Amino acid sequence: MIKVDIEKKLKAYHGQQVLKILGEFPMGSITKIFGPSGSGKTTFLKIVAGLIEPEKGKITVEDTVWLDTSNHISLSPQERKPGFVFQNYALFPNMTVQQHLEYATDDQQWIAKLLATGKLNTLSTHKPEYLSGGQQQRLAILRAMAIKPQLLLMDEPFSALDPKMKSELITELKLIWGEQATTVLIVSHNPQELEGLTEREMEIG
Amino acid sequence: MDLTPIWLTLKLASVTTLILLLIGLPLAYWLSKGRSIIKIIIEAIITMPLVLPPSVLGFYLLLAFSPRHGIGKWLAETFNVQFVFSFQGLILASVIYSMPFMIGPIKSALQQLPVSLAQASYTLGKTERQTFIKVLLPNIRASVLTAIILTFAHTLGEFGVVLMIGGNIPNVTRVASIAVYDSVENMDYSSANAYSLILFCITFVMVISVFVFNKYKAKSPLE
Repeated sequence: MIKVDIEKKLKAYHGQQVLKILGEFPMGSITKIFGPSGSGKTTFLKIVAGLIEPEKGKITVEDTVWLDTSNHISLSPQERKPGFVFQNYALFPNMTVQQHLEYATDDQQWIAKLLATGKLNTLSTHKPEYLSGGQQQRLAILRAMAIKPQLLLMDEPFSALDPKMKSELITELKLIWGEQATTVLIVSHNPQELEGLTEREMEIG
Repeated sequence: MDLTPIWLTLKLASVTTLILLLIGLPLAYWLSKGRSIIKIIIEAIITMPLVLPPSVLGFYLLLAFSPRHGIGKWLAETFNVQFVFSFQGLILASVIYSMPFMIGPIKSALQQLPVSLAQASYTLGKTERQTFIKVLLPNIRASVLTAIILTFAHTLGEFGVVLMIGGNIPNVTRVASIAVYDSVENMDYSSANAYSLILFCITFVMVISVFVFNKYKAKSPLE
């Protein structure tokens, strides 16, 4: 079980607002997180990943404490090693599709499977600037999954995909997540977008 | 015409650029991450040579490293090293004087990279060092090349600071810019013209190379 109880001040147009999140996510579950723009969905994912520090809070994953501000415990992102799909993809302009995955893992068989899953086999030597938006987004998903994370955090991961591609990819991803018992948190501003993927949901804001 | 000042200048510019590259990359990376009072003060000190008259910098270096007192005396007595009127003195002065030209473009380029690039690398389990070498550095290589060329070209053109700390000792501290001045003083316009033309050509080729290298990125050497 992943337990989260955090509090973080957010800068808003009219002064400050406080992001308070209390939640539990069973291991191996898929949860969609939705809420209006600016409600703190991305901030929440980054806090879980260790990329942003909250003012107060505690995060535990099974028996491991990732964050406990009262005891000054905060594992680094490298120690938490979550898979993270960034909203802006955060692809490395200097690396090809293949090199992105090789940067994350040495397992060539796994890389081949990921490339097939994302239908990027024929584009493995291309750099991000030569990929379409949808292809870039798929690469961002594959790179995050390349490390076979225990926890996968996805920020608007399917926004640039056409309905057919999205549906096929989600079917493949669900199989892999099931095999690897990956816990997945998916942020979306549009809850309908993820219908059929999971019944678990959490609203922010 | 004696070509020694040209070789001496090229040697000085090469050594200075190499030293500044080794110092500049980690320093620019550190400065690019967040703000603090210490960083602001250090950045101000690094930037000072841009606005300070070179003779003022040279004067203070001359005082600081004089073998008669202070650090200069200690260095001379302990390590038998003398920075005043020596080639190593020129290197020290050049490193300080050209530092903003190495640090500035690299720091600026690092700050312009989306922060999510480094964050993505961290979530893949990579250390800051791995991230810097494999992700950040390759994506700012145009700016690093610009910094290298600017530093080299700027060192070629140093005059005031070099004259103050190094003087005009043939084969030791008499670099090309000083040789031009010296030749004009001695009414030897032919040598002055030859030194000037060589310096002009080297600098022109270097600046052109920056433009050619960055042609698709449309970057001026001053960016």
